[in-house]
Amino acid sequence: MSAERSRAIRALKAFGRFWWEFLVGDTPEITVAVMLVVGIVAFCRIVWQLNLLALVALVTLCAVALGVSVHRAQKAAKRGT
Amino acid sequence: MFAAMVSSSVVVLVVAVFLASTVEMVEALTIVLAVGNTRGWRSCVEGTAAAFACLVFLVAAFGPALVRVPLVTLHLVVGVILLIFGMQWLRKSILRASGLKEKSDEDKRYRSTVERLETLGRPDGRDGVAFAVAFKGVFLEGLEVVITVITLGTSAHRLALAAEVSVVAVVLVGVTGAAVAKQLTKVPENAMKMSVGILLTSYGTFWTGEGLRVHWPGGDTWLALLVGIYFLVTWLLVQHLRRSDLALNEVSR
Repeated sequence: MSAERSRAIRALKAFGRFWWEFLVGDTPEITVAVMLVVGIVAFCRIVWQLNLLALVALVTLCAVALGVSVHRAQKAAKRGT
Repeated sequence: MFAAMVSSSVVVLVVAVFLASTVEMVEALTIVLAVGNTRGWRSCVEGTAAAFACLVFLVAAFGPALVRVPLVTLHLVVGVILLIFGMQWLRKSILRASGLKEKSDEDKRYRSTVERLETLGRPDGRDGVAFAVAFKGVFLEGLEVVITVITLGTSAHRLALAAEVSVVAVVLVGVTGAAVAKQLTKVPENAMKMSVGILLTSYGTFWTGEGLRVHWPGGDTWLALLVGIYFLVTWLLVQHLRRSDLALNEVSR
């Protein structure tokens, strides 16, 4: 019973680790930015009922998030050289 | 008639799944060839077949189950996963295209795998190392393909089409690899990864919007527009990085 339980816990941990590596990995800023974008767009669309603002914010903020992540990587590369 | 049947979402789905499957399978092929040439083919083929069986099982088990999830929830979850996944691919390919990150080199991958395998002893019968390395290589590379197939396929209600396109890509890479009996170094991996990144980010943006009840004027023709917008953003970022790298080199000279 306890061997089965520890196997199940190990499997659960491995599953969690896989998704953590997959969705966060070495770019946590992308995950955080996407969550923020979802929150902002939900607020614009559901609370304020502003479809166009939500649409523009979604696309613009995703592009900005990508730019910020690339800029962070560039800064890290410069520090490394 | 044909144009109405083949909507933007289907075109984006087919291209994204085909390119993602091709890129990942090119990387898996390199590992399989390194294992087969170094340690013999029997256990290597067994490991590869076992990995493919697991990947097919994952698609068959999770794909149809996800279709039952309410559409708005499915779109939001899939959209967020695709956004994160797509932006990670896009970021990596932008850094590679601008020279800030080393490009993927199949020759190097092949050499390092062979070197690693040659240091390990070889048994007379079944080779557990060959099985494990081939299995791990194919399974891990294939996992990203499975996630792409399941997320794109279920959200567009085209799981069978996504799976079929993926199989075509896998067979194409496998047959080409078997024919040339060499790792596929000439495949423009970074350009393909960049394209997949743009397509996944576009799809992710679209489905995230749908999940948040954003109304896209013109429906899924917006997908084509999103592809254009992210292509432009990618191009601008690559140009910016190249210019600032050039400026840095000028200053340090």
